[in-house]
Amino acid sequence: MTLRDLTPSYEAVFEALGLPGEGLNVNGNKAKSVMATGNEFSDEHADAATAPLPGHHVRLGIEKPLALDCGMEISDFPVAYQTYGELNADKSNAVMICHALTGDQFVADQHPLTGKPGWWDLMVGPGKTINTNTHFVICSNILGGCLGTYGPKENNPDTGQPWGLDFPVITIADMVRCQALLVDHLGIDKLFAVIGGSMGGMQVLEWASMFPDRVFSAICIAAAALHTAQNIAFHEVGRQAIMADPDWCEGNYLKEGRNPTKGLAVARMAAHITYLSDQALHRKFGRRLQDRDAVGYGFDADFQVESYLRHQGITFVDRFDANSYLYITRAMDYFDMAAKHGGTLANAFKGTPVRFCVISFTGDWLYPTEENRRIVHALNAAAANVSFAEVQSDKGHDAFLLDEPEFHRVLHGFLAGGAEHWNESRLQSDGED
Amino acid sequence: MVPDRKSIRVDLQLIADMIEPHSRVLDIGCGDGTLLDYLVHFRHVDGRGIELSAEGVNASISAGLSVIQGDADTDLKDYPDDVFDYAVLSQTLQAMVQPKVVLSHLLRISKHAIVSFPNFAHWRARLALGLLGRMPVSRTLPHEWYDTPNIHLCTIRDFVALCRELEIEIESQKILDTTGRIRQVSTELFSANLFGEQAVFLLRKKIGS
Repeated sequence: MTLRDLTPSYEAVFEALGLPGEGLNVNGNKAKSVMATGNEFSDEHADAATAPLPGHHVRLGIEKPLALDCGMEISDFPVAYQTYGELNADKSNAVMICHALTGDQFVADQHPLTGKPGWWDLMVGPGKTINTNTHFVICSNILGGCLGTYGPKENNPDTGQPWGLDFPVITIADMVRCQALLVDHLGIDKLFAVIGGSMGGMQVLEWASMFPDRVFSAICIAAAALHTAQNIAFHEVGRQAIMADPDWCEGNYLKEGRNPTKGLAVARMAAHITYLSDQALHRKFGRRLQDRDAVGYGFDADFQVESYLRHQGITFVDRFDANSYLYITRAMDYFDMAAKHGGTLANAFKGTPVRFCVISFTGDWLYPTEENRRIVHALNAAAANVSFAEVQSDKGHDAFLLDEPEFHRVLHGFLAGGAEHWNESRLQSDGED
Repeated sequence: MVPDRKSIRVDLQLIADMIEPHSRVLDIGCGDGTLLDYLVHFRHVDGRGIELSAEGVNASISAGLSVIQGDADTDLKDYPDDVFDYAVLSQTLQAMVQPKVVLSHLLRISKHAIVSFPNFAHWRARLALGLLGRMPVSRTLPHEWYDTPNIHLCTIRDFVALCRELEIEIESQKILDTTGRIRQVSTELFSANLFGEQAVFLLRKKIGS
């Protein structure tokens, strides 16, 4: 099982912008063949750079601009999303999946740029834990992302140039407001469930807090209600690596025809370590050497783990935008739900009707059980309906993406129990009408 | 077709019979969710659970119940006052680090508390300890002394005294004898404490306290 290979590729952008892309064309043919299968585009104004991507594209904020936490407004901006399954007649079977930092909207189909299976292919599909035979699954590329939704690599309408660092600093709440506009666009009043792991879990918490009447159940996996000093510190290493790359050009690399691949690769390598546990690294690599019998007394990748990390870094830059990485990690660092609610997390969920499920993993040291339990305690204090399970796994933070049968069983049970109550509550409210 | 009742352990059935339909219930130490499942489906309660063991929690959530992995000794303090109608502590009090604190929390967060526990003054326990000089092992106290989770065993008389101290009113009690049947004989404490193998108490705060 490969670990965390979630993210968008970049060659389409280079192609569209006519930029040199040495080493970036490896997957080019694949991307084209997916294009050729004839995916529809729901909007003819789709941005030139994102046009080759399959899936749905829409422009939102046309009638009313979206007000961001930073004080700026954005309007008439692109959002790219995927759906799986069919929306039923009364639009009551919608499930929103919120993706993580380097995830994207391609949850359960072949990735158009990497050719790999969707990042939650194990979880989402016909007859799977999130069953697309019964549910209509929506996943949009987050605001600030780089796979078709508005972000720093999109053009600033005032200049016709990529936004770069002029793009407004976004927050987790802004991402959720953007998703809510998409749900409006799809004509859905209330989601049966909002589900996400890691940064997706943070979005789930914001969904439940900002739109309690539009969410029936909220499933927050391997997440936290705030970013700790350690979380911020790791992100800062990544950002500094990007900004130290001369090809970053103060954020203007797209205009300059360059790409800070070295910096972004190092950022990815550092982050990737935080997604794995010591045990998982030990099991996978130990001190084994890469293609050699003895250490080379040099600085080649002697060890398998070095080779693996380098590979993770190199492949990542093919599918992610460095500025997006800065913006999204910043959004995560700014995340502190309690701070927005008078310092008491429970206030974020006061009187909430939402059914919550919080799941953590024993081997996750990035968003450990302790942080997840903090959410549970706050929900208890808010007298919310909450389930909480800590799943035994030594695979680290990435466990939520992997084949963890106990995790799937718990989530399946929660969704099934929820569906029972959801149908009951809807029958009752129909009766009252 | 859904049956009216399904078969659950007799002490759990006694607890279930004390609970009004459609009430809000917190089951503390809910195990695999047997009682909670019964209450949700046959009493139509809004039911929640707390359970220490991962296996119990996973089984409960997998069955569609709202259960959190947690510890009654530390997690009850988070709940606001009076959010439940019934807080159930079934065969768990004796395993608490701070049973007195837990009992106080039960009646802070809930209108009623239902507490069941094995009676350490049952005649067989007295016989084992008093005559044979051994720690009692029985159906309700199945553990050997070296591997028991029970760190605060008490007698019915001890429990009644604690309720008095905490100004808790005993609304009703059921005493089960060795056959698992409810002892009709008496609410008389001496006999209950001698012949009751386990007890179930329905409690509430004393009015004015």
